[in-house]
Amino acid sequence: MSYPAAHATAHIPRSRAVAARATGLSKVYGQGETRVAALDSVSVEFRRGEFTAIMGPSGSGKSTLMHCMAGLDAISSGSTRIGDTELGSLGDRQLTRLRRDKVGFVFQAFNLLPTLTALENITLPMDIAGRKPDPQWLQQIVMTLGLSGRLAHRPSQLSGGQQQRVAVARALTAKPEIIFADEPTGNLDSRSGAELLGFLHESVRALEQTIVMVTHDPVAASYADRVLFLADGRIVDEMREPTADAVLDRMKAFDAKGRTS
Amino acid sequence: MFRTALRNLLAHKTRLMMTALAVLLGTAFVSGTLIFSDSVGSAFRDKMAKSLDDVAVSVTAGGPGTDAKGQGVLDSRAVDKVRALPGVASVRPSVEGIAMIADKHNNPTGGEWGSAGVNYVPGKDGKDSRYPLVKGRAPAAGGEIALDEKTARKTGTEVGGTVRMAVDGPVMTKKLVGIVRTDNPRVSAGGSLAVLDTATAQKLFGKPGEFSELVVSATPGTDPDRLTAEVRKALPENFDAQSGRKLAADQSKMIDEQTRSIRTTFLVFAGISLFVGVFIIANTFTMLIAQRSREIALLRAVGASRRQVVRSVMIEAGLLGLIASALGLGLGLCVAVLLPRLLNSTGANLPDGPLVIEPTAVLSTLAVGVVVTVLAAWLPSRKAAKIAPVEALASVDQAPAPRGLVVRNSIGGVLTALGVGLMLYTTTFRDRGGLVPAMAGSALTLTGVIVLAPLLSRPFVALLGRLAIRFSGVSGKLARENALRNPRRTAATASALMIGLTLITGLTVGAVSANEGMNRMGKQDLTADYQVKSSSYGGLAPEIGGQLAGQAGVAAAVPLRSIGFQSDGHPALAVGTDLSALGKVTALRVTGGSLTNVRGTGAVAVSEEYAKQRNLTVGSTLPMEFYDGKRARAKIVAVHADNDVLGDVLTATALVNAHMDKVRDDRVLVKAAPGAADGLREKIKDAFGGNPLIKVESQDDLRRAEAGNIDPVLNMAYGLLGMAVVIAVIGVVNTLAMSVFERTREIGMLRAVGLARREVKRMVRLESVMIAMFGAALGVGVGVFLAWSGGHLLRSSFPQYEMVVPWARIGVFLLLALAVGVLAAVWPARRAAKLDVLESIGAQ
Repeated sequence: MSYPAAHATAHIPRSRAVAARATGLSKVYGQGETRVAALDSVSVEFRRGEFTAIMGPSGSGKSTLMHCMAGLDAISSGSTRIGDTELGSLGDRQLTRLRRDKVGFVFQAFNLLPTLTALENITLPMDIAGRKPDPQWLQQIVMTLGLSGRLAHRPSQLSGGQQQRVAVARALTAKPEIIFADEPTGNLDSRSGAELLGFLHESVRALEQTIVMVTHDPVAASYADRVLFLADGRIVDEMREPTADAVLDRMKAFDAKGRTS
Repeated sequence: MFRTALRNLLAHKTRLMMTALAVLLGTAFVSGTLIFSDSVGSAFRDKMAKSLDDVAVSVTAGGPGTDAKGQGVLDSRAVDKVRALPGVASVRPSVEGIAMIADKHNNPTGGEWGSAGVNYVPGKDGKDSRYPLVKGRAPAAGGEIALDEKTARKTGTEVGGTVRMAVDGPVMTKKLVGIVRTDNPRVSAGGSLAVLDTATAQKLFGKPGEFSELVVSATPGTDPDRLTAEVRKALPENFDAQSGRKLAADQSKMIDEQTRSIRTTFLVFAGISLFVGVFIIANTFTMLIAQRSREIALLRAVGASRRQVVRSVMIEAGLLGLIASALGLGLGLCVAVLLPRLLNSTGANLPDGPLVIEPTAVLSTLAVGVVVTVLAAWLPSRKAAKIAPVEALASVDQAPAPRGLVVRNSIGGVLTALGVGLMLYTTTFRDRGGLVPAMAGSALTLTGVIVLAPLLSRPFVALLGRLAIRFSGVSGKLARENALRNPRRTAATASALMIGLTLITGLTVGAVSANEGMNRMGKQDLTADYQVKSSSYGGLAPEIGGQLAGQAGVAAAVPLRSIGFQSDGHPALAVGTDLSALGKVTALRVTGGSLTNVRGTGAVAVSEEYAKQRNLTVGSTLPMEFYDGKRARAKIVAVHADNDVLGDVLTATALVNAHMDKVRDDRVLVKAAPGAADGLREKIKDAFGGNPLIKVESQDDLRRAEAGNIDPVLNMAYGLLGMAVVIAVIGVVNTLAMSVFERTREIGMLRAVGLARREVKRMVRLESVMIAMFGAALGVGVGVFLAWSGGHLLRSSFPQYEMVVPWARIGVFLLLALAVGVLAAVWPARRAAKLDVLESIGAQ
């Protein structure tokens, strides 16, 4: 299996500051015979105000890349940065603080604490940090995500799409450097999914936030500014201004290549 | 289904560990009690039987004809009569009494109840087979004595040394001429043995020429029952002859009764522990079934019936109960082996004996363990049956809709109201008639509060939550929400702790109040500085009172002696004293007549209470029938306020002396001369030459002695209830561990959004503290209420009783509950903090 060298590093527009960066990032599981490289010397940058989708087949390493970049998983070699902070040098406590202050998360499901109201869930990272959320910013987020009437509800009283929007709002409150979303539409029906993706897009546009989303759905990826394609632990391609069809075609091409090689 | 149950049991080993531990401890308590009491009982029986081995018949003075002809006289004529009977191998005429041997501190070596004095009875070979000599020779003259080995060692006396001894009067000095071995049960229970020559023993313990018991041994082949009958025929009616076999049986029965009452007390506490365990078992199975609802739905979908699902849960519970109680049996066995050693090392003197493991002990332990576990799992298993097969197909985990608490709260409200009502009704009683409503009321109140606990948990946890949020921010808030999330679980966990604390608080309040009451009682009536009494139950010779009165530093020494009598069938006690000095040792208020008329044998003073009861006034006559058969008619010349020192009927010494076999004082009250009270105790002790019989107690000692009767009981109750508290703590650990397991994904998410490990730990710890404090607060509240309302029942027999709430001690209980909360959270909190973020988020 080999890919053109040009695809090994993603193309970087020069205009914006870097929110997160990986250089020569490798992640290896097991040893000797059972050794598996989930990520193989990946270098990538995510710029501020950009919505990036990471695509790839199962086992391509897309979730691992996200986990490593977010400081949720330890890396084997290389380096990862969030803003100006080098993650490799941080201990658990500093990583926790980094996640709290600089990173936002949206998971596929179970994002919310069932015991807290939507508003309490949204402000949770701020509460943990012991800070008061900026009311104007909060207002803006709530408006953008269309949650105004739902703030006093508990998660069990919200639809799946609303729950995910609350999760997005939570990720946004602390004005993090970057937000990682792991298959955020994975558990939603297509309408709620489309709605949520629209909100994510809007957050990047209107609130100038940085979002990295892992997905295997070409339609979801088409909402992003750019799409990175991963296969066998490497970035194999990149696409700007994607459309669902173009992404799908690219995926098919990889599949064909994968089968013939 | 059996296989499913077994698989489930094995699959959830760690999750069931705490539950098993709770059952294990409860059943260990049961089996330990059963095996221990069986073993100790059998050891005592063996010991007693051995001491009666060579006794075919025992003859004592007294018997059915006591009243009519007086007691028989066991003199040498009686001995000869028995000895002449066919089948009699030998007759051992023994004399027994109390002989206190002074230890190094002038206290009785054998304690107050174990100071035995006996005579040496040489057999044909000149030796007494009952007391084989180890060293020296037998005592032969009035100034000589032999001791058992232990006593000689304890007093540090060698053969040839001197021994100080007292019977009921002045101290005597004897020369130690020999040391004997003995299997006398009193001695092996920590007592002392003084062996004297027969003439001296008779003089000291009875009357010259009289024996206290004839021990008859039979020639081989003689039937002891026949021989007993022969002996009875040969002696007049006013002797009592019993076969050794009968005595052994009687003693064995007595030991059984005693061990049974101790055993029952312990089993009650074991029952409380097991009852507390029920909450933990029920909690665990409720949680397991909730976690397993998808599995159960699948079983139902593939065709398992409701009954099969229930049976599977019950089998699982039964297996758990069986395994845990088998382990509990083992632990109980260890306790039964170690406990006697431990008790003996603290001076309990339990006899050695083999471990007795009755099959009933084994079977009942296992049965109790299994039945309790299965019963506790029964309600949760009903919930399992209600799981619909369709839930297996649900794609998303849906938290079960919270079940309403309306029914539960209504039942709880009714039960609590009934209980509280009954307890308030009890406060109107002034006698023991209120005992039954009080017990029912206590049980109802406790049950009602347990049922209401989920409702009560809300405001309480919210209140504690406010504190927690102030000091711990978001961890406190999350802890509060977690504690409120499942009120039933929080309540069940807290209830387990509440039961122990209700009992502990109730007993503490009762005991402290009773102690205070006694203090007040002593302060009111006793004005003497010291009380001098005998270390044994034998009383003091009157000379001692006289000697005390003449001692320097003593302003007054007032002897009190008493005699029992019946008046129109009502038993009472007449206290005879020296009325001239009485006012110096007790505050006596005369309300009618005059004490100066209490003189001679025909005049008495009575207390107001007694006068009221018997309808007496000054001038009326009190018929008195004494136990020596004589009658008298005494005139009431004075009525005095109730007095705890003197009792109901007060007389001059002359009246009491007239009916006493041997005049003995119960005690002598001593008032010190002004400024001489300090150090008077030592001076008194010295004045009597270190007499071990003389026990001098100050007012403080007396008060402490009264308290001393309550404190060990209270401490024992604390110890026994400790097990219930330990099991409740295990319950808190169990609930937290289960909750952490259930909330794995949440904890992962919290960690991902920035909750530090420390804060996760704090969150679990705060939840634990909230549960523990809730249980403790309920327990303290209910305990104080029950103690207050139940305390009214004591008022009649104990008018000085007034409830005192020992706030300091209750504060300590609450602090301990706080510590329990922190401690119980250690392991679950560590587990929660150690969770890997990524794994937990992905956990199913």
